[in-house]
Amino acid sequence: MSKQFWSVAFAVAWRVLHNVFTTPSLFLPGLIFPLFFFTAFAGGLSRIDNIPGFDFPNGYTAFQFVFVLLQSAAFGGVFTGFGVARDFEYGFARRLMLAAPKRGGIVAGYALAATGRWAVTAVVLIVVALAVGMNVGGGGVDLVALYTLALIVNLTGAFWATGVAMRLRTVQAGPVMQLPVFLILFFAPVYVPLSLLDGWLHAVASVNPATAMLEAGRSLIAGSPEHVSLAFAVALAMASVLTVWAVRGLRNAERAGAG
Amino acid sequence: MSTLAQVGQIARRSVLRTARQPANIIFPFVFPTALLAVSSAGLSPATKIPGFPTDSYLAFFVAFPFIQGALFATMNAGTDLARDIQTGFLNRLALTPLRGVALIAGQLAGIAAMGFVQSLYYLAVALIIGVRLETGVTGAVVLIVLATAIAIAFGALGAFFALRTGSGEAVQGLFPLLFVGLFLSSMNLPRNLIETDWFRIVATFNPISYLIEGLRSLIIAGWDWQALALAFGFAAAIAIASLAAATWALSLRLTRT
Repeated sequence: MSKQFWSVAFAVAWRVLHNVFTTPSLFLPGLIFPLFFFTAFAGGLSRIDNIPGFDFPNGYTAFQFVFVLLQSAAFGGVFTGFGVARDFEYGFARRLMLAAPKRGGIVAGYALAATGRWAVTAVVLIVVALAVGMNVGGGGVDLVALYTLALIVNLTGAFWATGVAMRLRTVQAGPVMQLPVFLILFFAPVYVPLSLLDGWLHAVASVNPATAMLEAGRSLIAGSPEHVSLAFAVALAMASVLTVWAVRGLRNAERAGAG
Repeated sequence: MSTLAQVGQIARRSVLRTARQPANIIFPFVFPTALLAVSSAGLSPATKIPGFPTDSYLAFFVAFPFIQGALFATMNAGTDLARDIQTGFLNRLALTPLRGVALIAGQLAGIAAMGFVQSLYYLAVALIIGVRLETGVTGAVVLIVLATAIAIAFGALGAFFALRTGSGEAVQGLFPLLFVGLFLSSMNLPRNLIETDWFRIVATFNPISYLIEGLRSLIIAGWDWQALALAFGFAAAIAIASLAAATWALSLRLTRT
């Protein structure tokens, strides 16, 4: 990729990050909600690890940490999509597209910004989790793999939301960006392992790609990796498809005259 | 026009305005139902915890949408009232003989109507998916009355915030706070089964726990007069305190010169 591509990407990313980190109403929800879910799930439901058959070795806090980490990553990407939609509504995206010599860099810039804002959330989340006594069984390599997996989920969420924002070009598209991500995440084994689910949710969770990522993530934090290759394959496949989705969204915006 | 007629007009406007905005209708109906489906299925193994009060987590959790729906109705109504302030509609009303009490009562009547309709919907969903109320038909009536009272209580709180701040964004900012309050309650597990000490203490001091437990008692426990008294009592306390505050805030807004 050319120097022009990256100069556009870094400029867009810097602008988004500057806006996010200097506007509490944009930054705080993305930081506070994962912490709140972590507190509510890990604190309020800790008795769940007494259920017969619940055999996660590192306790309920670590079990929930992985879900909240992946959730924060996905929604960190989705929240960036809100900013893209806002840029279109206020006309900034039109000026940006006129000015950018390589427009593909715009999508890359939004994705970089999504990663930058989520990185802060991820650091705060692990600090809080360790402070409340989360038991980590995995070593350095396992944790790097876990965070890499979450990073891919973050990019996947960003590409999805960017694609939607560039097609609909309105902040009112927020629910369209959020709802599918919410459903995919919550139709996975959020509260208990897959083996303890039954009925329709077990059937749905068994074929849900988020289940593979969640279970692999939990195995990594426990220090006994399982199905990690499958999880990475699923995550990379989703990220690849949604990269195409976002780039085609950019072309769609160009055709609609936004450029 | 009599005060009662004024209340009717404001209530009618409140309901019509909500009904004309699809987002205000869809989210209070769809989102709580979706969370009910996901959480009740995902947490169904929790019924195996020794001492869990029922063998159906769906029945245990079905009180949740009534509360969340009330929160949505509150936010929508509060945001609409704030918009009336922002657009100057309230100032124009101040030029008319409309009484302040009619404005608040009308808003709350609109919220009560929405709360009532939502409660009927949640109850119908619960019955369709197989939940049976231990208190029977009479319990269903009390459930609807309690859920509507809770919607009015939160509605009064939303009205106070709207009148005090005059900002739709500020009212929307109340939603995460109430949502946090909902999650830090006995929503997912009975208080005596919450293992983490600080969480159990927070849930015990959280009024939302008692609102949920009152609704839940009608579904899974039968006639638990203590739970019902606490639920109606907290709903009334929130409503009275919020109404007093809203009346005071309105008196500042409607100062006629």
